Order: sequence, then structure tokens, then C-alpha cells
Amino acid sequence: MPTETAPALAIRGLTKTFDRPAVDRLDLTVEAGRFYALLGPNGAGKTTTLRMVAGLVRPDGGSIHVCGVDALADPVAAKRLVAWVSDEPMIYDKLTPLEYLEFVAGLWSLDPAAAQAGAHELIGRLGLGLEANRRCEGLSKGMRQKVALAGALIHEPRLIILDEPLTGLDAAAARVVKDVLLERVRTGASVIMTTHILEVAERMAERIGVIAQGRLVAEGTLDELRGLAGRAGTSLEDIFLELVDAPGLAA
Amino acid sequence: MSLGSLAWFARHELRLAWRDAAAILFGGSLRRRIAGAAILFLLIAFVHALAFSLVSAALRGGIGPDPRTLTFLTGSALLAWCLLLSQAIESVTRAFYARGDMDLILASPMPAAGLFAVRIAGIGAGASAMAMLLATPVIDILVLLDGPRWLLAYLALAALGLLAAAVAVAVTASLFRLLGPARTRFVAQVVAAVIGAAFAISVQAAAILSFDDPSRLAVLSSEWLVSHAPASDSSLWIPARALLGEPGSLALLIAGSLGLLAAVLGIVAPHFASDAATAAGAIAAAPKHGEARARFRRRSPARILREKEWTLLRRDPWLISQTLMQILYLLPAALLLWRSFGEGGNGLAVLVPVLVMASGQLAGGLAWLAVSGEDAPDLVRTAPVAPSQIVRAKIEAVLGAVGIAVAPIIVVVSALSLEIALVAAGGIAVAAASATAIQLWFRAQARRSQFRRRQTSSRIATFAEAFSSILWACAAAFAAQGIWPVAVLTGAVCALALLAVRAMSPRAAA
Repeated sequence: MPTETAPALAIRGLTKTFDRPAVDRLDLTVEAGRFYALLGPNGAGKTTTLRMVAGLVRPDGGSIHVCGVDALADPVAAKRLVAWVSDEPMIYDKLTPLEYLEFVAGLWSLDPAAAQAGAHELIGRLGLGLEANRRCEGLSKGMRQKVALAGALIHEPRLIILDEPLTGLDAAAARVVKDVLLERVRTGASVIMTTHILEVAERMAERIGVIAQGRLVAEGTLDELRGLAGRAGTSLEDIFLELVDAPGLAA
Repeated sequence: MSLGSLAWFARHELRLAWRDAAAILFGGSLRRRIAGAAILFLLIAFVHALAFSLVSAALRGGIGPDPRTLTFLTGSALLAWCLLLSQAIESVTRAFYARGDMDLILASPMPAAGLFAVRIAGIGAGASAMAMLLATPVIDILVLLDGPRWLLAYLALAALGLLAAAVAVAVTASLFRLLGPARTRFVAQVVAAVIGAAFAISVQAAAILSFDDPSRLAVLSSEWLVSHAPASDSSLWIPARALLGEPGSLALLIAGSLGLLAAVLGIVAPHFASDAATAAGAIAAAPKHGEARARFRRRSPARILREKEWTLLRRDPWLISQTLMQILYLLPAALLLWRSFGEGGNGLAVLVPVLVMASGQLAGGLAWLAVSGEDAPDLVRTAPVAPSQIVRAKIEAVLGAVGIAVAPIIVVVSALSLEIALVAAGGIAVAAASATAIQLWFRAQARRSQFRRRQTSSRIATFAEAFSSILWACAAAFAAQGIWPVAVLTGAVCALALLAVRAMSPRAAA
């Protein structure tokens, strides 16, 4: 059973190896009701970590608890609490956005009346009203991403995981998505987001985790990270490059 | 060769084509490459041995420009040319619609007409290469036994390939003008499939109905056809005479093919860029298919998964046409069985293996769509539904669709013979279940639009699917004839073969 007091996400000793270690004994805790940004260079293990939390990849070792539910022992219960949105929106071309939301509501066994009301609210909120009954095959990438996001939010998840959700969105669409996510955080949901747009992390996230070579190398608020990097007043970009020791950059 | 010239672009296209072909022929692990090379060698040896037996017999009777040879060669060339045309229409349609590098090409300062002309010429070269490849065993043996003059046949075949490309461009461009970009893609692909299948099937059907012989050659070398053929000086024989190496006919064929291709390119190429842009617009424009209304009703996840599969299939006429096209190829087998056994009063029983085979093939295609062709795999896998429940729902969707397709036939058969209807239903169930199981064992994530290329993802799965359908069809045929011990034995062999296939599957290895 999920508990209100438990962290939204608690990861201990999480390990996954493909041809080399992708995630290496990772410990990570995200408190409930927080907006958390997970940063890291390409290949750092961010997406693999989040795919393991979403139940898409089986870890080699470690534990994952979502709102107190052991996601490895009871994946179905954990999945009820989690929403996953990837950078490449995977929706059905031959369904309309409303039909897609109806399908998602069915998969999560939602109450039909509540799901219908929620679907219409999300469609309106995300500016998909004109497209609601048109098949997704003609939608732009930004529109498709918004449909995927609506699908992720319709079951009122406690933990929303987003892997580069702003990729391909125009400024207006990105603003809508950010506003919707912040609203969810205000109502008690938690958001974990990976992004390469550091300004977004800087502006939206309450806590930021930096991952490199499958390990958490730093974590905290922006000010705490500045303290760790020993550079008061500097931007997140400078701190990030310092922490991950980005190759090709002169000190 | 300067950067940005048409020759440079042609080289770029050639390199891409070669890498595609190399990936199919030599891709994968070292073990797979060695096995592939061994199979290729055996296949080449086998087709050459087959060609040797055919060609040596034909040479004993003498090969010359007589009416029988001309009729036979023309019919055979037309059969192969239909396949080439079918492939070329597919390729030209892809050139119009596939986005791939289209945006890059259209955005570059190079003249689009020239680039597309190179691309179409590449399709012609591909068709020519395929024609030459198909005829290689026969020509090799002819060269070996009757002298190097037969090498000229390669030139005739290359010309036929270019002719197919020219006609394909003309057909596709005409469809584009007549039907518009939104419908052309679907219609062109159906036209390609029908051209590829219809002529071969109708000739084979004619052979079976007229000569009780499954071979198309029976029609092409029949007395009836020879007696009804035009006079030997008819221009209809130009391709056949060119294949026989007659210099005048060969020159005419090459000049005609090149001329037609140049003319078609001259007319079509200048519009190609705008047509491709229109095609892109047609894809991007959101088609309004009526006002589809979602009805939020209480349904189990399994039911909503099943309904989703059926809705996606129902809304994709191209997929339906591609799936049903596989069944078309079973028509000659049905006719042959009917002619062979049906007249003894046992006509109903011979329908059983055809139904079983068709159901296996249909289930294989549908199972690929439901299992490997899942367009939102992450969504389904992150849903709070047990994986076994998802798999079961997909299996039910596939078997349900097969059931809906064959139920009317089973109902009619049961009115005539309940026993045969039961045997047919049992055979259909196991064949469909086997094909579905194979797709589950060998699933590999892909887009639904890659349905036509699904066979390339696993040769073992493709072979096993066909093999199990054939064996279950044989078992059902024996059962329908009342030969139960042989039916059971055949079924047991098929079950063992399926177990072996499962052991070889990636799922078992994992």
C-alpha cells in the first residue's frame, strides 16, 4: 500500500550493466511533492535509471520504492502510481487524442465518468481542443508530445517521470507543459525530469541531482550545488560542467 | 567527380544501396554470417543444378526463334517483368513518400529534378540487377553448354528492368495526378501487390484448370497457346528475340527502354520536387475521418487492449490489404486440390488444408502487428497490468480476428459436414496459435509501417511460421480424409518442430 509519508521515490544500490555499467550502485531519494531535475551528460545513466523506475527495464540489483511500494516485488501496484513520458512520444497514429486517453484510462482501470471529465479537462488545458477528434497521424511532434503528456496525467499519478519532455516543443507549448507540471506538484504529485536545458532545471526544480557514469555525483538545491562546486553566484551550467568534468572544456 | 555533381550523388545512392544489401546478406554475428554464406552457396548450387536439367533438355530440342520458344520466352519474361514492375512501383512510391533524407535533399541548393532523376535511374538499375540475378543460373548454364553468345541475354534483361522502372514512374505519377497525394500511396501499393500476384496466380490457375498441372510452364508451352500466338514477324516477340541474342531486336529493346525511361523522367522529374513536397503535406495534414468520438465505458484492460488492436487494424486499409494478399497466393493450391481430389465427391475435405494454411499465415501477420508492431510499447508496459495479461489479450485479439475471418466458411461447411467443420476448426485453431506463438518467441520491436519487411527481422521465424502452417494443413488434410494415425503423426512432428524453434528463439536464450 502506498503511504503519504514515504518518499515519492527511494532508490538504493540500483545497478544495471549492459556491455558496461550503465547504473552503478545508485542511491537516490525524491521526497513527495517535489520537482526534481536529474541532470547528466549523454550516456550518464539517467534514462536507464528512470526506465527501471517505470518498470521498463529490470535492474541487475538494488531496490526501488515508489511512495513506499516495492516496485520490484509488486510492479503492478507501483505502476498505478507512476506515469512515464519519453522524449519520443509513442502514441497510436490511427487513434484520436480522446480515443488514446480512453485507452489509457482503460489500462489504468479508471472510473469512466471521472476519466472522461479528466480527459476533456486535460485536452482543454493542453490546447488540444481542435485536435481532440482527429487522428494522431497528422499531428505535429509538439502536439503528439502533449497527447502523450495528457495520457500520463489522466490517471492522477503520484510520481511523474519525464525524459526530456520539452524536446521539440515550441515556446508556448513548453510553457503550457511546465505550468501543468508545476500545478501537479502543487497538488502533491512529484515530478522527476531529465533535461539538457539547464535553464529549465534551474527555474523549475526544487532539487537537482547530477549523475555521471551511473552514479549520483551531486545533489541539492541550486545554492547547495553552488556550495559544492565552490562557485557562489555562478550559473547551473558552470556548476554542471564542473561536477561532471566535461571533456573538451578548458578549466 | 566534383562534390555536388549528379555523378557524386549517384555514387552516394550506390553506396547506400550497397550497405543496405550488405546488411541483409552479411549482417549479424560471425556465426550468422557463416551460416548465411553456406546457405547462399547451397542455394546457388541448387538453382544451377536445376537450371542445368532444364536447359540441357531444352538444348537437346534446340533453342531458336520458333513459335514455341518465342511463346514460352515471352510468357516467362512477362511473368518476371510483372514482379519487376511491382517492385519498381513500390520503390517509386517510397521515393515520393518516405521522408528519410527527403527534407535534406529538397532543402539543398542542388537541382531537385536532377537528384530525383538519379534516384529513379537507381530504381531502374535495381530492377535491372534483379532481373539479371533471377536469370543468372539459366544464362550461366546456357553460356556453359551453348557458348558465350548467351551473355547478350543479360543486356536484354537489363533493358527489361529499365522498362519496368519507366512504366512504374509513369503509373505512380499518373496515380498522383488522378487521385491526389493522400490516396496515391495506398492505391499504388495495392496496385503493386496486385500486379506482382495477379499475373502469376492467373497463369498458374489457368494451368491447373486446363492442364491439371500446377506448373505455369504448362500453359506457356501448351499447343493451344502456340497455335493462338501471333505470326513470327510480330513486334510482340522483340523481347524474346532480344533474349535469344538477335542483334536487331536487342538494340530495339535497349533503345526503346532507355528512350521511354528518359521520356518519362523528362516529363515527371521537373515536378518531382513539388510532388514530393505535396506528398509530405498530405502526410502532415491531419486527415479528418469523420468525428470519431471516444466513449469512456467501463471495460477491463484486456478488453480495451483487444479493442485497440482491432480498431488500429480496421482503420488501416493498407495493412488489411497486405495481410489479405498473403491469402491470395493460396488460390492456386486450392484449385489444384480441387482438381486433384474434388471430383471424387470429396471436395469439401480438400478445402480444409487451404483454410488451415491461410489461417496460419493470417494469424502470423496479425500477431506480428499486435506483438512486434506495438506503436506505444512503453505505455503498455508501464500500465498496471500484469505482462501475462497483456500477452493474453493480444493473443485473443489475433485469434479473435482470425475467427471472425473464417467463421462464415466454417458455418457453411458445418451445414454440409459437421465432422469436416470440426476438423477444419481444430486445424485453424492450432495453426493460428502456432503462428502467434512463433511471433511471441521472436518478437522484435518495430513500427507497424514496417509490416512488409517483417520477414527480414528473423528468417527462422518466417520459415517456422510457413513450415508449421504447412504441417498443420497436412495434418488437417489427413484428418479430414479420415486417415487419423497419419494426421496425429504429422501433428506430433509439427509440435516437435515448434519446440525446437522455441529453443532457438531469443526468448529461450534470454
